[in-house]
Amino acid sequence: MSWWETVRSGLAAIRSHRLRSSLTVLGIVIGISSVILTVGLGQGAQKEVKDQIDALGSNLLIVSPGSSTDGSGVRGGFGSASTLTYADASAIADRDVVPDAAGVAPATTSSVSLVNGDTNWTTSLVGTTTDWLAVRSRGLSAGRFFTAEEAAQGAAVAVIGPDTASELFGRQSPVGQQVTVNGTRVTVVGVLTSSGASSSGSSEDDQAVVPVGTASRLTGSTSDTVSTIYVEAASEDRLSAAYQEVRALLANRHGVTTADADFSISTQDSLVETANETNRTFTVLLGGVAAISLLVGGIGVMNIMLVSVTERVREIGLRKALGAAPNVIRRQFLVEASLLGLTGGLIGVLLGIVGAQVLPQLIDQAVAVSGLATVAALATSLALGVGFGVYPAGRAARLTPIDALRSE
Amino acid sequence: MSVIIELEGVRKTYRSGSLAFEALRGIDIRIDEGEYVAVIGPSGSGKSTLMNLLGCLDLPTEGRYVLADEDTSSLDEAALAAIRNRRIGFVFQQFHLLPSMTAWRNVELPLVYAGLPRHERRDRAIAALERVGLGDRVDHRPGELSGGQQQRVAVARALVTEPALLLADEPTGNLDSRSTSDVLGLFDELHASGRTIVLITHEPDVAARAGRNLVIDDGLIAVDRPTAAAGVAQ
Ligand SMILES: Nc1ncnc2c1ncn2[C@@H]1O[C@H](COP(=O)(O)OP(=O)(O)OP(=O)(O)O)[C@@H](O)[C@H]1O
Ligand SMILES: [Mg+2]
Repeated sequence: MSWWETVRSGLAAIRSHRLRSSLTVLGIVIGISSVILTVGLGQGAQKEVKDQIDALGSNLLIVSPGSSTDGSGVRGGFGSASTLTYADASAIADRDVVPDAAGVAPATTSSVSLVNGDTNWTTSLVGTTTDWLAVRSRGLSAGRFFTAEEAAQGAAVAVIGPDTASELFGRQSPVGQQVTVNGTRVTVVGVLTSSGASSSGSSEDDQAVVPVGTASRLTGSTSDTVSTIYVEAASEDRLSAAYQEVRALLANRHGVTTADADFSISTQDSLVETANETNRTFTVLLGGVAAISLLVGGIGVMNIMLVSVTERVREIGLRKALGAAPNVIRRQFLVEASLLGLTGGLIGVLLGIVGAQVLPQLIDQAVAVSGLATVAALATSLALGVGFGVYPAGRAARLTPIDALRSE
Repeated sequence: MSVIIELEGVRKTYRSGSLAFEALRGIDIRIDEGEYVAVIGPSGSGKSTLMNLLGCLDLPTEGRYVLADEDTSSLDEAALAAIRNRRIGFVFQQFHLLPSMTAWRNVELPLVYAGLPRHERRDRAIAALERVGLGDRVDHRPGELSGGQQQRVAVARALVTEPALLLADEPTGNLDSRSTSDVLGLFDELHASGRTIVLITHEPDVAARAGRNLVIDDGLIAVDRPTAAAGVAQ
């Protein structure tokens, strides 16, 4: 009996037990599509975080107050006293001390309400210098950034994010318009382009950027501490040199050793690393659940194959009486099991891919379908069919024809 | 005339756990090619056990079975399957047709395992069905046929490979007198065309149509005699 013949008779057997076959296939379909979706969710989240971090700007060092908890530069000591000042930023800006930095932008952050007529919008107010735009590698979609002159005077001008603009002004052009912040009228001179991060609601697109002096005036703050200092390295190769220089300088200025510094410096790499670690845990966890459902699907196939063999013992006996060798019977059941597995796998992959298109629209979370995961899932479904078909097929093949024929 | 079946000192013991039951207790038989033999005897005497051994569906516990010059005791399961396929046609009391398959699909099964190409299988299956008078029922499933028709499909399946030996275990046990005479008529034709037939029956008039009667009692051959039909058929 040729392979082709065996496949055809396997298909006929599957078709003649439609309900049972569909239930078997269903188990595999659910297993495979959940593997594809969960792996896709994990990878989608990973990609999203990477996009957001990329959008922070390349070659960027982020200096934050507070001690570092580990060597990877992850910021720790939340809630510790602010220890970075505007003077620290000015010191870093000195090309003789930190030759590998191309730009420095200190930033203060506070929450304020912007008012335009009846519209009231709470956003974060960022006080910074003119270098901010280049250091954060942002662009403008309208208007201009504030000038060095305006920065020096603490002029009442602001550059706002695209989301802020649409919240306050709708379709109107915000450039040249005025908003009220804590009773002071501030002129909008420019609008930032979107940061490019795919996730909506990112604070990068919703903020008002003003000169440092303006920010202190608007919020009534008298301290000269800043919440972050962004340092742009001259190039990617010089990032680590810039890191060393900034660290040495700040440690020196603060009178601490670099080992127990009261500030921390993170790079994009370290941020990506941290985010990925979280996502990997997430993916492994979800993947584990999916793998279990795949296993359960496989056990379902084995169960059905056992039932199918038991139910068809007489058929097996008859086929053997008519001249089917044990191998032929074994092959027949193996092919049947593999066909079930493969059918389930293919439908599962299709469903997973469709789900990957539909899901992001429901839960606002990107799903990246991975080719590798898809191939692996298909291979697994086939292996499940074959693996779980071996045992019942072996049992069927070992029956003597007369025992099989006589069974009820 | 050459010998097709030769049994020497065949015993069959069924074991289940510590219990052992000797169903055949030393059988010696020779059957020539072209003979029509009816096996009769009381219930539980070992007729079906003997038939299963003759059909290579089961192996003797002791003794020798030579089928068409081939000693079957030395063969493995795959070789036995090939022998069943090429040399033997079975007709069972319970028909044993596959319910999900049409008549011609059932009939072609032995040819599938013989490795014949598809179109040839179909032609031969339909020819065999025509021979048993079911040329107009080839696409019916067993559930759509009467008991007599189902048994005729089974006979068609038994003769589609043109086997030398036809084994039938109470083939008419489930049939009415009309269908019984249809099936026995087919056996007479097959016998006339040179097939060897071994048939188990409870009915004296069925046994009378064969050329030779073997009476089995308690696992032994009690009587081995030619019948009145012996001269007529030859
Ligand atoms: N698989 C088995 N295990 C144990 N004992 C068996 C088995 N098959 C048959 N026997 C016993 O062997 C004896 C012969 O059985 P067999 O089926 O050959 O009888 P039979 O002559 O065909 O009877 P019947 O006319 O009722 O069909 C019986 O006593 C039966 O109980
Ligand atoms: Mg019997």
